[in-house]
Amino acid sequence: MRPVIPYVVAALLFGLGVYGVLRRRNAVLVLMAVELMLNAVNLLLVTADAAPLHRALGHPAPGPEGAAPLPLTGQAFTLFVIVIAAAEVGVGLAIVLQLYRLRGTVTIDDVRLDARTPDTGPLAVVATPARTGAAGTAGSAPGEAGPTAGLAPGAAGPTAGPDR
Amino acid sequence: MTAADVLMLALGVVAVGSGALVVSTRHLVRAGLYLVVCLGAVAGLYLVLTAELVAWVQLLIYVGAVVVLLLFAVMLTRAPIGAADDLDRPGWPAALIGGGAGLGLAALLVDAYRWSRVDLPEAGTAERIGTEIFQSWVLPFEVLSVLLLSALVGAIAISVRIPGRRQ
Repeated sequence: MRPVIPYVVAALLFGLGVYGVLRRRNAVLVLMAVELMLNAVNLLLVTADAAPLHRALGHPAPGPEGAAPLPLTGQAFTLFVIVIAAAEVGVGLAIVLQLYRLRGTVTIDDVRLDARTPDTGPLAVVATPARTGAAGTAGSAPGEAGPTAGLAPGAAGPTAGPDR
Repeated sequence: MTAADVLMLALGVVAVGSGALVVSTRHLVRAGLYLVVCLGAVAGLYLVLTAELVAWVQLLIYVGAVVVLLLFAVMLTRAPIGAADDLDRPGWPAALIGGGAGLGLAALLVDAYRWSRVDLPEAGTAERIGTEIFQSWVLPFEVLSVLLLSALVGAIAISVRIPGRRQ
Protein backbone atom coordinates (compact mmCIF):
# COMPACT_ATOMS: atom_id res chain seq x y z
CA MET A 1 0.00 0.00 0.00
CA ARG A 2 1.33 3.43 -0.91
CA PRO A 3 0.36 5.69 1.99
CA VAL A 4 0.87 8.81 -0.09
CA ILE A 5 -2.38 8.23 -1.98
CA PRO A 6 -4.86 8.56 0.94
CA TYR A 7 -2.73 11.32 2.46
CA VAL A 8 -2.94 13.42 -0.69
CA VAL A 9 -6.67 12.71 -0.97
CA ALA A 10 -7.12 13.93 2.61
CA ALA A 11 -5.12 17.09 1.94
CA LEU A 12 -7.12 17.91 -1.19
CA LEU A 13 -10.42 17.28 0.60
CA PHE A 14 -9.33 19.66 3.34
CA GLY A 15 -8.48 22.31 0.78
CA LEU A 16 -11.86 21.88 -0.85
CA GLY A 17 -13.52 22.27 2.54
CA VAL A 18 -11.65 25.50 3.25
CA TYR A 19 -12.60 26.79 -0.19
CA GLY A 20 -16.25 25.93 0.39
CA VAL A 21 -16.40 27.58 3.80
CA LEU A 22 -14.92 30.78 2.41
CA ARG A 23 -16.84 30.78 -0.86
CA ARG A 24 -20.38 29.78 0.02
CA ARG A 25 -22.97 32.26 1.21
CA ASN A 26 -25.67 29.79 2.20
CA ALA A 27 -25.27 28.61 5.80
CA VAL A 28 -26.30 25.03 5.02
CA LEU A 29 -23.66 24.84 2.29
CA VAL A 30 -21.08 26.18 4.73
CA LEU A 31 -21.97 23.35 7.10
CA MET A 32 -21.52 20.85 4.25
CA ALA A 33 -18.04 22.25 3.58
CA VAL A 34 -17.22 21.90 7.28
CA GLU A 35 -18.21 18.25 7.00
CA LEU A 36 -15.74 17.91 4.15
CA MET A 37 -12.95 19.28 6.33
CA LEU A 38 -13.84 16.95 9.20
CA ASN A 39 -13.78 14.01 6.81
CA ALA A 40 -10.36 14.98 5.57
CA VAL A 41 -9.06 14.94 9.13
CA ASN A 42 -10.70 11.58 9.76
CA LEU A 43 -9.08 10.12 6.67
CA LEU A 44 -5.74 11.49 7.82
CA LEU A 45 -6.15 9.84 11.22
CA VAL A 46 -7.11 6.47 9.77
CA THR A 47 -4.24 6.55 7.29
CA ALA A 48 -1.77 7.53 9.99
CA ASP A 49 -3.04 4.58 11.98
CA ALA A 50 -2.40 2.15 9.12
CA ALA A 51 0.86 3.69 7.87
CA PRO A 52 2.78 5.76 10.40
CA LEU A 53 5.77 7.71 9.18
CA HIS A 54 8.39 5.65 10.94
CA ARG A 55 7.06 2.43 9.41
CA ALA A 56 6.82 3.98 5.96
CA LEU A 57 10.42 5.17 6.08
CA GLY A 58 11.78 2.12 7.86
CA HIS A 59 12.89 3.95 11.00
CA PRO A 60 12.56 2.49 14.49
CA ALA A 61 9.47 3.52 16.39
CA PRO A 62 9.79 6.78 18.34
CA GLY A 63 9.37 6.92 22.06
CA PRO A 64 11.21 5.26 24.94
CA GLU A 65 12.68 1.81 24.53
CA GLY A 66 10.25 -1.02 25.09
CA ALA A 67 7.19 1.21 25.13
CA ALA A 68 4.91 -0.26 22.53
CA PRO A 69 2.71 2.34 20.82
CA LEU A 70 -0.98 2.00 21.47
CA PRO A 71 -2.63 0.10 18.63
CA LEU A 72 -5.56 1.54 16.71
CA THR A 73 -5.34 4.96 18.33
CA GLY A 74 -6.12 6.71 15.06
CA GLN A 75 -9.29 4.72 14.54
CA ALA A 76 -10.46 5.42 18.09
CA PHE A 77 -9.88 9.13 17.55
CA THR A 78 -11.73 8.95 14.25
CA LEU A 79 -14.75 7.57 16.05
CA PHE A 80 -14.51 10.42 18.55
CA VAL A 81 -14.32 12.99 15.75
CA ILE A 82 -17.36 11.46 14.06
CA VAL A 83 -19.33 11.77 17.29
CA ILE A 84 -18.23 15.38 17.72
CA ALA A 85 -19.22 16.09 14.11
CA ALA A 86 -22.68 14.71 14.75
CA ALA A 87 -23.07 16.97 17.80
CA GLU A 88 -21.73 19.92 15.80
CA VAL A 89 -24.11 19.47 12.91
CA GLY A 90 -27.07 19.10 15.28
CA VAL A 91 -26.37 22.34 17.09
CA GLY A 92 -25.36 24.10 13.87
CA LEU A 93 -28.57 23.22 12.10
CA ALA A 94 -30.61 24.32 15.12
CA ILE A 95 -28.85 27.68 14.91
CA VAL A 96 -29.44 27.90 11.15
CA LEU A 97 -33.13 27.13 11.51
CA GLN A 98 -33.51 29.68 14.30
CA LEU A 99 -31.72 32.22 12.12
CA TYR A 100 -34.13 31.48 9.29
CA ARG A 101 -37.09 31.85 11.64
CA LEU A 102 -35.89 35.20 12.94
CA ARG A 103 -34.46 36.83 9.81
CA GLY A 104 -36.10 34.93 6.96
CA THR A 105 -32.78 34.16 5.28
CA VAL A 106 -29.81 31.86 5.73
CA THR A 107 -27.44 33.98 3.68
CA ILE A 108 -24.60 34.57 6.06
CA ASP A 109 -23.60 37.82 4.38
CA ASP A 110 -26.89 39.28 5.56
CA VAL A 111 -26.47 38.38 9.22
CA ARG A 112 -25.98 41.62 11.06
CA LEU A 113 -24.22 41.18 14.35
CA ASP A 114 -25.12 44.66 15.58
CA ALA A 115 -28.89 44.21 15.36
CA ARG A 116 -29.75 43.86 19.00
CA THR A 117 -32.49 45.22 21.17
CA PRO A 118 -32.31 45.74 24.91
CA ASP A 119 -34.86 43.21 26.06
CA THR A 120 -34.33 40.28 23.75
CA GLY A 121 -30.60 40.03 23.78
CA PRO A 122 -28.40 38.97 20.90
CA LEU A 123 -31.11 36.96 19.16
CA ALA A 124 -33.26 40.00 18.47
CA VAL A 125 -35.27 40.46 15.33
CA VAL A 126 -34.25 43.19 12.97
CA ALA A 127 -36.79 45.91 13.54
CA THR A 128 -39.61 46.26 11.08
CA PRO A 129 -39.72 49.36 8.87
CA ALA A 130 -42.59 50.74 10.95
CA ARG A 131 -40.15 51.36 13.74
CA THR A 132 -37.77 53.29 11.56
CA GLY A 133 -39.06 56.63 12.69
CA ALA A 134 -38.58 55.80 16.32
CA ALA A 135 -35.11 54.55 15.65
CA GLY A 136 -34.29 57.65 13.68
CA THR A 137 -35.56 60.24 16.09
CA ALA A 138 -34.94 58.65 19.44
CA GLY A 139 -31.86 57.12 17.96
CA SER A 140 -28.36 57.05 19.06
CA ALA A 141 -25.58 59.52 19.36
CA PRO A 142 -23.93 60.63 16.13
CA GLY A 143 -20.88 58.58 16.92
CA GLU A 144 -22.63 55.26 16.92
CA ALA A 145 -25.14 56.18 14.26
CA GLY A 146 -22.33 56.05 11.74
CA PRO A 147 -21.81 52.30 11.34
CA THR A 148 -25.48 51.39 11.45
CA ALA A 149 -26.84 54.15 9.27
CA GLY A 150 -26.14 52.81 5.82
CA LEU A 151 -26.91 49.15 6.39
CA ALA A 152 -30.63 48.59 6.29
CA PRO A 153 -33.82 50.48 6.99
CA GLY A 154 -35.09 49.85 10.45
CA ALA A 155 -31.75 49.21 12.04
CA ALA A 156 -32.65 49.96 15.61
CA GLY A 157 -29.65 51.06 17.59
CA PRO A 158 -28.94 49.70 21.00
CA THR A 159 -30.53 52.63 22.76
CA ALA A 160 -33.49 53.10 20.45
CA GLY A 161 -37.01 51.96 20.85
CA PRO A 162 -39.26 53.61 23.39
CA ASP A 163 -42.05 51.53 21.86
CA ARG A 164 -40.92 48.19 23.14
CA MET B 1 0.82 -0.63 -7.73
CA THR B 2 -1.10 -3.32 -5.97
CA ALA B 3 -4.86 -3.84 -6.06
CA ALA B 4 -5.23 -1.80 -2.87
CA ASP B 5 -3.40 1.11 -4.51
CA VAL B 6 -5.62 1.05 -7.58
CA LEU B 7 -8.71 0.85 -5.39
CA MET B 8 -7.55 3.74 -3.22
CA LEU B 9 -6.68 5.83 -6.26
CA ALA B 10 -10.12 5.30 -7.77
CA LEU B 11 -11.95 5.99 -4.51
CA GLY B 12 -9.78 9.05 -3.93
CA VAL B 13 -10.61 10.43 -7.36
CA VAL B 14 -14.31 9.89 -6.68
CA ALA B 15 -14.05 11.53 -3.25
CA VAL B 16 -12.15 14.58 -4.45
CA GLY B 17 -14.30 14.98 -7.56
CA SER B 18 -17.59 14.83 -5.72
CA GLY B 19 -16.14 17.06 -3.00
CA ALA B 20 -15.32 19.62 -5.66
CA LEU B 21 -18.89 19.36 -6.90
CA VAL B 22 -20.20 19.88 -3.34
CA VAL B 23 -18.44 23.21 -3.08
CA SER B 24 -19.13 24.33 -6.63
CA THR B 25 -22.61 23.18 -7.65
CA ARG B 26 -25.40 25.70 -7.94
CA HIS B 27 -28.14 23.32 -6.81
CA LEU B 28 -28.51 23.10 -3.04
CA VAL B 29 -30.06 19.65 -2.98
CA ARG B 30 -27.49 18.28 -5.40
CA ALA B 31 -24.74 19.52 -3.09
CA GLY B 32 -26.20 17.26 -0.38
CA LEU B 33 -26.35 14.30 -2.75
CA TYR B 34 -22.78 14.84 -3.94
CA LEU B 35 -21.83 14.91 -0.27
CA VAL B 36 -23.32 11.41 0.03
CA VAL B 37 -21.06 10.22 -2.83
CA CYS B 38 -18.02 11.87 -1.27
CA LEU B 39 -18.63 10.43 2.20
CA GLY B 40 -19.34 7.01 0.72
CA ALA B 41 -16.04 7.08 -1.16
CA VAL B 42 -14.24 8.04 2.04
CA ALA B 43 -15.95 5.10 3.76
CA GLY B 44 -14.58 2.86 0.99
CA LEU B 45 -11.12 4.27 1.66
CA TYR B 46 -11.53 3.35 5.32
CA LEU B 47 -12.41 -0.18 4.28
CA VAL B 48 -9.28 -0.46 2.14
CA LEU B 49 -7.24 0.93 5.03
CA THR B 50 -8.55 -1.91 7.23
CA ALA B 51 -10.63 0.38 9.40
CA GLU B 52 -13.75 -1.71 9.11
CA LEU B 53 -15.77 -0.45 12.06
CA VAL B 54 -14.97 3.18 11.23
CA ALA B 55 -16.26 2.63 7.69
CA TRP B 56 -19.60 1.33 8.87
CA VAL B 57 -19.90 4.05 11.49
CA GLN B 58 -19.17 6.58 8.77
CA LEU B 59 -21.95 5.16 6.62
CA LEU B 60 -24.39 5.03 9.53
CA ILE B 61 -23.74 8.43 11.07
CA TYR B 62 -22.54 10.59 8.19
CA VAL B 63 -24.45 9.23 5.23
CA GLY B 64 -27.38 8.10 7.33
CA ALA B 65 -27.86 10.87 9.86
CA VAL B 66 -25.82 13.96 9.05
CA VAL B 67 -26.75 14.18 5.37
CA VAL B 68 -30.42 13.60 6.18
CA LEU B 69 -30.22 16.42 8.72
CA LEU B 70 -28.59 18.69 6.14
CA LEU B 71 -31.25 17.86 3.56
CA PHE B 72 -33.95 18.58 6.12
CA ALA B 73 -32.32 21.93 6.77
CA VAL B 74 -32.33 22.62 3.03
CA MET B 75 -36.04 21.91 2.95
CA LEU B 76 -36.92 23.80 6.12
CA THR B 77 -35.14 26.95 5.02
CA ARG B 78 -37.14 26.92 1.77
CA ALA B 79 -34.13 26.70 -0.41
CA PRO B 80 -34.63 27.59 -4.06
CA ILE B 81 -35.48 24.66 -6.30
CA GLY B 82 -33.21 24.48 -9.31
CA ALA B 83 -30.11 26.48 -9.93
CA ALA B 84 -29.52 29.52 -7.74
CA ASP B 85 -27.12 32.27 -8.66
CA ASP B 86 -26.64 33.84 -5.24
CA LEU B 87 -25.06 30.90 -3.43
CA ASP B 88 -21.49 32.12 -3.88
CA ARG B 89 -19.59 35.23 -3.15
CA PRO B 90 -16.80 36.24 -5.51
CA GLY B 91 -14.20 33.61 -5.02
CA TRP B 92 -10.61 34.63 -5.69
CA PRO B 93 -9.55 34.85 -2.03
CA ALA B 94 -11.37 31.61 -1.25
CA ALA B 95 -9.70 29.83 -4.17
CA LEU B 96 -6.35 31.22 -3.13
CA ILE B 97 -6.62 30.17 0.52
CA GLY B 98 -8.34 26.85 -0.11
CA GLY B 99 -6.05 25.89 -2.97
CA GLY B 100 -3.03 27.01 -0.98
CA ALA B 101 -4.07 24.97 2.04
CA GLY B 102 -4.89 21.85 0.04
CA LEU B 103 -1.91 21.91 -2.31
CA GLY B 104 0.47 22.99 0.44
CA LEU B 105 -0.58 20.13 2.70
CA ALA B 106 -0.42 17.72 -0.23
CA ALA B 107 3.11 18.87 -1.09
CA LEU B 108 4.17 18.47 2.54
CA LEU B 109 2.80 14.94 2.77
CA VAL B 110 4.24 13.93 -0.60
CA ASP B 111 7.61 15.24 0.53
CA ALA B 112 7.35 13.27 3.79
CA TYR B 113 6.21 9.97 2.33
CA ARG B 114 7.51 9.97 -1.25
CA TRP B 115 6.53 6.71 -2.93
CA SER B 116 7.23 4.54 0.09
CA ARG B 117 5.44 1.29 0.66
CA VAL B 118 3.81 -0.11 3.79
CA ASP B 119 2.19 -3.46 4.41
CA LEU B 120 -1.37 -3.09 5.54
CA PRO B 121 -1.89 -4.16 9.16
CA GLU B 122 -4.35 -6.86 10.05
CA ALA B 123 -7.97 -5.79 9.91
CA GLY B 124 -9.15 -3.58 12.72
CA THR B 125 -12.30 -5.43 13.60
CA ALA B 126 -14.93 -4.16 16.00
CA GLU B 127 -13.61 -6.45 18.70
CA ARG B 128 -10.10 -5.03 18.56
CA ILE B 129 -11.17 -1.41 18.44
CA GLY B 130 -13.72 -1.98 21.20
CA THR B 131 -10.98 -3.42 23.40
CA GLU B 132 -8.79 -0.43 22.60
CA ILE B 133 -11.48 2.15 23.37
CA PHE B 134 -12.59 0.56 26.60
CA GLN B 135 -9.06 -0.02 27.82
CA SER B 136 -7.18 3.13 26.85
CA TRP B 137 -9.81 5.73 26.01
CA VAL B 138 -12.58 5.19 28.54
CA LEU B 139 -12.52 8.69 29.96
CA PRO B 140 -12.75 10.52 26.57
CA PHE B 141 -15.50 8.11 25.60
CA GLU B 142 -17.56 9.00 28.65
CA VAL B 143 -16.86 12.71 28.27
CA LEU B 144 -18.08 12.43 24.69
CA SER B 145 -21.37 10.97 25.85
CA VAL B 146 -21.84 13.99 28.11
CA LEU B 147 -20.95 16.24 25.15
CA LEU B 148 -23.55 14.56 22.95
CA LEU B 149 -26.20 14.93 25.62
CA SER B 150 -25.44 18.60 26.17
CA ALA B 151 -25.42 19.22 22.41
CA LEU B 152 -28.84 17.60 22.17
CA VAL B 153 -30.21 19.69 25.02
CA GLY B 154 -28.62 22.79 23.53
CA ALA B 155 -30.16 22.16 20.12
CA ILE B 156 -33.58 21.81 21.72
CA ALA B 157 -33.03 24.92 23.85
CA ILE B 158 -32.13 26.94 20.77
CA SER B 159 -35.04 25.68 18.72
CA VAL B 160 -37.83 26.02 21.25
CA ARG B 161 -39.98 29.13 21.25
CA ILE B 162 -39.94 30.84 24.60
CA PRO B 163 -43.41 32.32 25.16
CA GLY B 164 -42.30 35.37 27.12
CA ARG B 165 -39.67 36.47 24.62
CA ARG B 166 -40.83 39.21 22.33
CA GLN B 167 -40.15 38.60 18.69
